[in-house]
Amino acid sequence: MSTAKELTAPGMAARSAVILFLFVIGFTAVLATVFSMTEPTIKASAAEEEMRTIKEVLPAALYDNDLLHDTVDLPATAELGQDDNSKVYRARLAGQPSALVLQAVAPDGYAGKIRLLLAVRNDGRLAGVRITQHKETPGLGDYIDPKKDKNKSRPWITQFDGLSFDTLGEKDWKVKKDGGHFDANAGATVTPRAVVKAVRKALKFANENRDRLFVSTAAK
Amino acid sequence: MITWAEFKEIFVNGTWRQNSSLVQMLGMCPLLAMTTSLVNGAMLSLATIIVMGSSGFVVALLRNFIPYEIRIPVFILIAAVMVTVVDLGMNAYMHDMYNILGIFIPLIITNCLVLARIETFAVKNGPLQAMFDGAFMGLGMLWTLSLLGAIREFIGTGTVLSGIEAVIPGLHQIEVLPADYPGFLVSILPPGAFIVLACMVAAKNWYEVKAAERAKRQPPAPISAAGCH
Repeated sequence: MSTAKELTAPGMAARSAVILFLFVIGFTAVLATVFSMTEPTIKASAAEEEMRTIKEVLPAALYDNDLLHDTVDLPATAELGQDDNSKVYRARLAGQPSALVLQAVAPDGYAGKIRLLLAVRNDGRLAGVRITQHKETPGLGDYIDPKKDKNKSRPWITQFDGLSFDTLGEKDWKVKKDGGHFDANAGATVTPRAVVKAVRKALKFANENRDRLFVSTAAK
Repeated sequence: MITWAEFKEIFVNGTWRQNSSLVQMLGMCPLLAMTTSLVNGAMLSLATIIVMGSSGFVVALLRNFIPYEIRIPVFILIAAVMVTVVDLGMNAYMHDMYNILGIFIPLIITNCLVLARIETFAVKNGPLQAMFDGAFMGLGMLWTLSLLGAIREFIGTGTVLSGIEAVIPGLHQIEVLPADYPGFLVSILPPGAFIVLACMVAAKNWYEVKAAERAKRQPPAPISAAGCH
């Protein structure tokens, strides 16, 4: 501090600016180094993670291709609740289309968007649904995530497995409280209602666009 | 370096006397948001221990190069860089742990406790002291937030340790109350945090007053008995 007294006000300002600038340069360099050191490892585990969620919705017997590299980029799609680009993974078995894995969004959850991943077999049946991201009330609406569901033997989200519009008419895709087919825990109806609606719309979208999606060229 | 007495002083300060949540009342934002369950509260605190320990260490190391007038932006810069470094490092090398703690790490920068400890402690002390101060402040947060989370979770949903299976596979939440317990939503919502925290602060103050009274009432020990205390 002793040198500060000898400096004029502009001189001090300049000195502070230079020191702050040096700190910013130094710590940005630290960040850049750490980032470039960790990037490959992080990317690898992100891909592994992406695959892990897909495996939860899509039985291994349904595909033998490299899903992460057989994808289509969709523009914003209202039917999927996506107001941004989303990815569709195309599962093939011996070269033949077998299922689609879609990313959908339920925009009307109790606490904002609920992101879903769902796999639809080529015969229109759902192979599985998982919640990938949500902000529903812990302990109340978060049973849509099987990890948080108290019912471990038959988590709520597995109700969708194997369903199609052939086995369950489109108008019955509602929670029981609204006169539909799906169970919902008392006190938390908004969350399952949003999920059921999003799954119904996404399933319909998959059925109507299956051929188009499988034909379009793969994204790089 | 650091002496044993200093170490003990920093420990008691961090975990009890200057407890960040019960005495300093800092970091209320992450506290409100994350103490909906014991596991969440504990995980946030663990992430805070790592970040506060490392940012305290770095600031103390550089303390002689930081001009007083621009210390706040420099502190924020250092804290933000340390948060990001910890975030990236854990994501790359401790991925399983990152999956559990990951969402809590960016939250730490919203915690004014980090800046407060840098400003009041790290900048005046050696790197080791500052590192322990940060870590023990986090440790104080750990027991307080775990207790707060446990109480809120118990009242709100009738369970304890929900989500533990993500941290230690094989363990399960304990359902203390029967499954038909309807739950008490207020407890898991933000107001519940304020109410439970206030009760904990009251309990701590009550204990302190009692302890002070007891110390006052106790007659000075006779000289003959005062050999081995």
